[in-house]
Amino acid sequence: MKRPYFGEFGGQFVPELLMPPLIELQEAYEGIVQSDDFQKEFNGLLKEYVGRPTPLTFCENLSKELGFKLWLKREDLAHTGAHKINNTIGQALLTKHMGKKRLVAETGAGQHGVATATAAALLGLECIVFMGAKDVERQAPNVKRMELLGAEVRPVYSSTQTLKDAINAALRYWITNQKDTHYCLGSVVGPHPFPSLVRDFQSVIGKEVKAQFLEKNNKLPDHIIACVGGGSNAMGIFYEFLEHREVKLTGVEAAGEGTPDCYHSATLNKGTKGILHGTKTYLLQTEDGQILPSHSVAPGLDYPGVGPEHAYLKETKRAEYVTINDKEALEAFKLLCKKEGIIPALESSHALAYAMKLKHKLSSDYHVVVNLSGRGDKDLEIVFKYL
Amino acid sequence: MQNVLEEVFYKKRESGKKALMPFLPAGYPDKESFVKYIEEMDRFSDIIEIGVPFSDPVADGPVVEKASNIALENGVNLPWIFDTLKYLKGRVKSKIVLMGYCNPFFKYGWEKVAEDAKDAGVVGIIVADLPLEESDEIRKILRAHDINLIYLVGLNTSNERMKRYADVCSGFVYFVSVLGTTGMREKLPDELIDKIKQARQIFSIPIAIGFGIKSPKQIEDIYEFIDGVVFGSALINHIDEKKDVKGFFELWKGYI
Ligand SMILES: Cc1ncc(COP(=O)(O)O)c(C=O)c1O
Repeated sequence: MKRPYFGEFGGQFVPELLMPPLIELQEAYEGIVQSDDFQKEFNGLLKEYVGRPTPLTFCENLSKELGFKLWLKREDLAHTGAHKINNTIGQALLTKHMGKKRLVAETGAGQHGVATATAAALLGLECIVFMGAKDVERQAPNVKRMELLGAEVRPVYSSTQTLKDAINAALRYWITNQKDTHYCLGSVVGPHPFPSLVRDFQSVIGKEVKAQFLEKNNKLPDHIIACVGGGSNAMGIFYEFLEHREVKLTGVEAAGEGTPDCYHSATLNKGTKGILHGTKTYLLQTEDGQILPSHSVAPGLDYPGVGPEHAYLKETKRAEYVTINDKEALEAFKLLCKKEGIIPALESSHALAYAMKLKHKLSSDYHVVVNLSGRGDKDLEIVFKYL
Repeated sequence: MQNVLEEVFYKKRESGKKALMPFLPAGYPDKESFVKYIEEMDRFSDIIEIGVPFSDPVADGPVVEKASNIALENGVNLPWIFDTLKYLKGRVKSKIVLMGYCNPFFKYGWEKVAEDAKDAGVVGIIVADLPLEESDEIRKILRAHDINLIYLVGLNTSNERMKRYADVCSGFVYFVSVLGTTGMREKLPDELIDKIKQARQIFSIPIAIGFGIKSPKQIEDIYEFIDGVVFGSALINHIDEKKDVKGFFELWKGYI
């Protein structure tokens, strides 16, 4: 079996009771997922159901203002409005092939929960979504959406009542129900093989960008920018370009309010090495190794850990990781609405905001691709509070 | 060389008894009462498991998770735990085992954990999220300081995996009696007895059972195949209600 590490990061730091289902999943990842039949079925669903390939849009208006060429990879146009569906369709399909009947998932803002409920409905699987009690309150419309799609949403009342606790609850559920349930983890985090499995399902983003960009420009883009929560949309767009070292890769983390002592989600920039949710990576934690609460105006970036492969890309300097605060993200949000007629997700607005910072710093034939990981309809209530 | 932890069980075996192994999160319900409870429990116990609290305890049910959070609010960390254990060292006869999760140990540094734990009289460490695959290096560090890394196995651990554990384990094997988290159960699963019998064949060192244990009746069927019993949630609940520990152990008189 493949080694479960990216350099020193990754691994399988889970209770023994979770090792048998993880090994089963590892075997399925190396067997079923790699088979031609599975890939054909998966790609068929991505095309006919998710609506792929998503466009690579050139931003005429903003490019003029910025002084370089700005492109957007339009994951906002994928079914359910974000990249999350690529992963859930993959995992739901795998679940069927493994002969299991139920998906369990965690969700923070509700995006992954909705995407999981959607895939479950399509493929005839039962679906249980754990969600921090605070998030259930904050994201009421997504709870309703999941319920419409046939999922059961279970509020989690322990500890901080947010995403990290929802993951704990889903892992606990999986321990007891491993026979007939697959844990559909929502990002490139968690124990091996999840970081690789989720990355592979998301890597369609980068593959499309490469083909689309080549077709339009007969070369590769110079620079790719994506926001990093757990890191799945970023790994999805980075992966195809890792070996093309001339392509610059930038991950954008959320700095929260941006004041020195504020809560934030800038794990790679400000965190330290540790072990959480089965993986060794960077974490927001105390001196004593207790996990700290995170914060961002973008609910999907609000996680105190980060995918182990990003930790590795940072350590090896193949990618750089920067931060954008709430205010900068909101400005970028407004700008894209006004200038290009696209309402971006607040998560994606972080990636955009970093591109805005490069204004007048690059040449006019420098091509930047921003992964527009999702659409912003879900965030209007938050945005209106700040406007 | 004799293993002090294994000896505890062998001595009990000679008198046809089982080791009694209470679990209490360090600094619960508050720092002072914790010390008092450990001293009281010592009269009834053979091995005491001290929980090292962690903010995200995935192997634990609600009772232990809540107690761990309270311990964290009380300011409990590894330095406090080691200091407190040093104070208790000459005062309690029970062997001391720590139980926790990777991250607080990792952050403290395993080498330093091993040194300080040894000074504090700790003879074993149970790490709930450290399976076989991740454990080689840590086991060697601990063993160099005469500390046993205690492994957990469960109902879904195949015999083949148990054999791999048998090659490396020492102290005792912690058999998790339910496919789930810590917390009391009315009834233990039916397949437990067969699995414990298999474990008995595979492991030469003592086997302790834990997770879900609440009353002596539950373990009647497996009694002859085990060497020790761990209580966590049931003890915590008892302490929450009755503010004492003696009453809890009375329930087990004669069995242990
Ligand atoms: C639109 C969107 N972008 C990004 C993210 C962040 O997740 P990841 O870093 O795994 O892409 C989320 C998470 O919910 C999201 O909904």
